[in-house]
Amino acid sequence: VASQSSTGPDHPDVASGSRSVAPAGYFDAASTAPLHPAAREALLAALDQGWADPSRSYHQARRARLLLDSAREATAAVLGARPDEVSFTSSGTQAVGLGLAGLVRGRERVGRRVLAAAVEHSSVLHAAADAVGDDDGVRTLAVDSLGRVDTDEAVAALRGPGVALLALQSANHEVGTRQPVDEVAATAREHGIDVPLLVDAAQSVGRDPLPRGWSVLTASAHKWGGPAGVGVLAVRTGVRWRSPSPEGALEHGRVPGFVAVPAVVAAAAALVAVERDRAAESARLSALIDRLRARVPDLVPDTVVLGDPVDRLPHLVTFSFLYVDGEALLADLDREGFAVSSGSSCVADSLQPSHVLVAMGALTHGNLRVSLPIGAAEPDIDRFLDVLPGVVARVRGVLGAEGL
Amino acid sequence: VTVVPAYDAVLDERGHVCPLPVIALARAAAADPAGRVLLLADDPAAETDVPAWCALRHRRLEWVGDSPDGRGRAYLVSGPPA
Repeated sequence: VASQSSTGPDHPDVASGSRSVAPAGYFDAASTAPLHPAAREALLAALDQGWADPSRSYHQARRARLLLDSAREATAAVLGARPDEVSFTSSGTQAVGLGLAGLVRGRERVGRRVLAAAVEHSSVLHAAADAVGDDDGVRTLAVDSLGRVDTDEAVAALRGPGVALLALQSANHEVGTRQPVDEVAATAREHGIDVPLLVDAAQSVGRDPLPRGWSVLTASAHKWGGPAGVGVLAVRTGVRWRSPSPEGALEHGRVPGFVAVPAVVAAAAALVAVERDRAAESARLSALIDRLRARVPDLVPDTVVLGDPVDRLPHLVTFSFLYVDGEALLADLDREGFAVSSGSSCVADSLQPSHVLVAMGALTHGNLRVSLPIGAAEPDIDRFLDVLPGVVARVRGVLGAEGL
Repeated sequence: VTVVPAYDAVLDERGHVCPLPVIALARAAAADPAGRVLLLADDPAAETDVPAWCALRHRRLEWVGDSPDGRGRAYLVSGPPA
């Protein structure tokens, strides 16, 4: 077995068997993943074979259509959907926007109140505010200190007047906590409540078992190793969803614009490859995350470990270090060769702390998210554990905050 | 008019961003563990980080309101909860 150093930081770790292309120290997979080798291969082939307009009937078009259809079938199988329920969009954000606005339109006779977990991705919260025209039409559901909504509270909120939909993510993108999507769906059904659930599954697809209780599910291919520019919008058969787009939308009438067939084919190829190894790879990464959760508080004083320790995404953990400047922390880790992210306000363009951390009541400064790419190597984690205590001590030292 | 409860010292951390207001609070607490400190801060992160720090350090967040002069927020922090 080749060591990490023999493959080099910028070359695929072919020895691991997981076919990772992430460079050593790249721990920001929740933001985006490098292109999976299966996607690269499929993309090159599909650029040549799938360029034609799949809605035409000549032979080049039929070839593109076949590629698109098989990509749709493969994607639907992974999502637990029917092929005709699945549409490809040009981004995860577009999928969220169309999914949400379509549900609001479909529920116009019921009402325009959108419920959303307070810790939803900002694209969901922005789309919600946009779809109902004002912030007053959006009601956020509180979360506990782990970042999870309460099933009974969510179901109680669904009983309120004029509720168009509930947006509930599969798992949180910043702290990894899974949301009780299927419990909320089942409990609502038991009580005869029929409100659609929009599930942003961007962090779970290809990583974690997916909930089944969705009405609309959205995802983003660049998170699982597909190319950027491909999102997925799945709408369950029978759900009242009305396209917010002008006439002439493609993809079962759900998405405006020409479909990027080669990119979609590449996205599906990556998803199939990732899904094939998912159970084993997620178990391996989850053990590495367990190690980080256990070791970092021992090695670094005044560390808060965030998110659910067990009922969580397999590849992600977030810490807050007391008296640490998040921006300096990220810069120092970058110098040491680690790419990570932070929800601290000093790192945000808005200079506002992450709304997820605020909703959890968690310490927002000195925040550090580690999200492991597929194939992340164990020696990389060892080196991170070696480097982190010194980096945090240095950043604290600059502010004169040691020993407080 | 904001009526602020009695305090022993004021820390004006307005214009400073995280983690500086919380570090100032920690220094004041180390210097006078029983003291009642009024922290003035306009960093939006302080809204979350001051309560979070109090919980971590077993300090009591007695009161939160607008600063007496209307610029930023005020946090009254005292020694460990009884």
